[in-house]
Amino acid sequence: MAISRRTLLGTGATGAALGLLTACGSNTGRDGGGSGGKGPRLAQWYHQYGEPGTEQAVKRYAAAYKKADVSVQWRPGNYDEQTAAALLTDSGPDVFEVNGPSLDQIREGQVVDLTALFDGVKDDFNPAVLAPKTYDGKIWAIPQVVDMHLLYYRKSLLDDAGVRPPKSLDELVDAAKALTTKDVKGLFLGNDGGAGALGVTPLYAAGLSSVTEDGEVGFDDPAAARALGKLRQLYADKSLLLGAPADWSDPSAFVQELTAMQWCGLWALPAVKKELGDDFGVLALPADGPGGKPSLPVGSYGAAVSARSDHKEEAKDFLRWLWIDQAEYQEDFALSYGFHIPARLSLAKKAGKLKEGAAADAVRYSTEYGYSEPLLWTPASRTAYQDALSRIIKSGANPESELKSVVRKVRAELDRVKKKS
Amino acid sequence: MSRFLGTQNRTLWFWVFVGPFALGLILFTYVPLAWSVYLSFFDAHNTVSPDDFVGFDNYTSMLRNDAFTDSLVTFAVFSAFIVPTTFVLSLALALMVNRLRRAQAFFRSVFFLPAACSYVVAAMIWKLSIFNGVRFGLANTVLGWFGADQTAWLSTTDPPWYWLVIVTVRLWLQAGFYMILFLAGLQRISPTLYEAAAVDGARPGWQVLRHITLPQLRATSVAVTLLLVINAFQAFDEFYNLLSTSSGYPPHARPPLVYLYYTALGREQNLGLGSAGAVLLALIIAVVTIGQARWFGLGRKED
Repeated sequence: MAISRRTLLGTGATGAALGLLTACGSNTGRDGGGSGGKGPRLAQWYHQYGEPGTEQAVKRYAAAYKKADVSVQWRPGNYDEQTAAALLTDSGPDVFEVNGPSLDQIREGQVVDLTALFDGVKDDFNPAVLAPKTYDGKIWAIPQVVDMHLLYYRKSLLDDAGVRPPKSLDELVDAAKALTTKDVKGLFLGNDGGAGALGVTPLYAAGLSSVTEDGEVGFDDPAAARALGKLRQLYADKSLLLGAPADWSDPSAFVQELTAMQWCGLWALPAVKKELGDDFGVLALPADGPGGKPSLPVGSYGAAVSARSDHKEEAKDFLRWLWIDQAEYQEDFALSYGFHIPARLSLAKKAGKLKEGAAADAVRYSTEYGYSEPLLWTPASRTAYQDALSRIIKSGANPESELKSVVRKVRAELDRVKKKS
Repeated sequence: MSRFLGTQNRTLWFWVFVGPFALGLILFTYVPLAWSVYLSFFDAHNTVSPDDFVGFDNYTSMLRNDAFTDSLVTFAVFSAFIVPTTFVLSLALALMVNRLRRAQAFFRSVFFLPAACSYVVAAMIWKLSIFNGVRFGLANTVLGWFGADQTAWLSTTDPPWYWLVIVTVRLWLQAGFYMILFLAGLQRISPTLYEAAAVDGARPGWQVLRHITLPQLRATSVAVTLLLVINAFQAFDEFYNLLSTSSGYPPHARPPLVYLYYTALGREQNLGLGSAGAVLLALIIAVVTIGQARWFGLGRKED
């Protein structure tokens, strides 16, 4: 049959259109760019780390694995949202980093039970970060490193202003005010005034919690409103840096002297040390009230296996190899690029970089004052609380009535998750 | 076979060319829409194939939800700012450019160019360069020359300076586009009307504008207003990029699409509740648009 030009063009147009349709969303990382291992192809997703060298490092680890062809995808942007959506489809990752998994992800069966991988090594994992990965007695992700948030302060600026490192929330309010000048603000808690970065830490500093161990609301107490009211005071005093080009998770504002104190992550410690030498110290969020104690959140990205993976067993084998057997890689990942505490207690104990100065203080605070967010503190509860905190800080909303409304919402959310379990 | 190749079987060729795109429309628009309506009747946390039917619970909880109703208020406030300001500015630009005897094409291009810029890029420039809250932001530098304190444009709610940032970025981006629509409308007005008005003694300026130009631009004005309101409903990019932080989005100035994005696709992954919100929003947009079109008499035959 002779094919006319019209037929050819018509077929071509159809083919191109279908090609376009099928191409949409097909980049799963399962094809191309693999490590070259002999076994099945595994797609492994990481969120984009800011520290140079991390991406190359994880690709190097993947390339060293010989039993599967592991293809690493480095995903910038809203990683948590990306993975949450990808887990609903067959085109998601096989293994992936997760800032969780959340209770709903576990209960909907989106992640695979990894308990068996911890045989004989469970006690070597930091219990504070293993607990939120555990539900129903099973472990759903392998903690990769321990991360924490803490308060950085500039020693020389405090000395110049005659201010000592604050030991209570009241002292923090006073110190921030005393340190504020025309060009330098006293404290940076994030461009939202601390609602997101501090989250529930002030509740723990007041001796309370987000959700108690027996699954009840942990802040139905006047001490909560009192502590949150002090964050409003910081804002009302104009002691807070707001509108910085880089948000709280980046130490730029602190090292560029836009602020004398900043709430930031342990990951920023090498960058701060490089810029300021020893002219800085770290603290937990100071205690509030007689029942309070200094507090800081510790958490961990975990490595999980997607329940939709076609190669679940191979994926588990890979994770066992990478995050349980390869101590050298784990230490390299934690300390050679950014700055994190290894999730394995044995590795954390012998890491030389964690033994002196501010790093040693941070490690000590993580065990003495660290808390981790329980699984029952669901995203819906977190959003309701953060919205209320934002209104308290920025709009001067009444802390008691705002918290009353949050307690109601969190109680309803806890009822929902209990009903389903 | 010959009948496939000939012109006589137009139906076949219609489907060959239209079919793939119709298929795409069905697959990527209508099926997700129908699925979303389906999901809205289920408790669908982290799943698109739920089995826990909850009837209208998602709808009632969405309607009782302060965050959703606040987002509708945000939309109303935003529309109240952006619709009249864009309308007036683009009309003013069109009138100015239309009167130019020289370099009209140049000024038309200059005012239209921002429309080619992405909302995300413009929002980032506004946020990081012009309206950042520290001493080296452009706005703060200029105000600093007059001794003013640093203003955290996007972080203060009292006064709500963030509206200034949100409205100006959108004005900059879209005034040029609507200017082109008005220009097209202006150029369709017959010069004889102005001549007749001049003969009748109408004073150039406000009187001619009010009695000749604006009535002649009625159809364009109605279309521009409708488009502006629909665009305001769809506001997402600049709000999200200006106000969201690494820890989330503040409760103030959260338009409906941003709220639904966080509910359905954010970490909350409450696809049932998010879908109910999307259905409610679609209904509201439909009612407002139809009401507005009827009020303006869109589609009614000219007398």
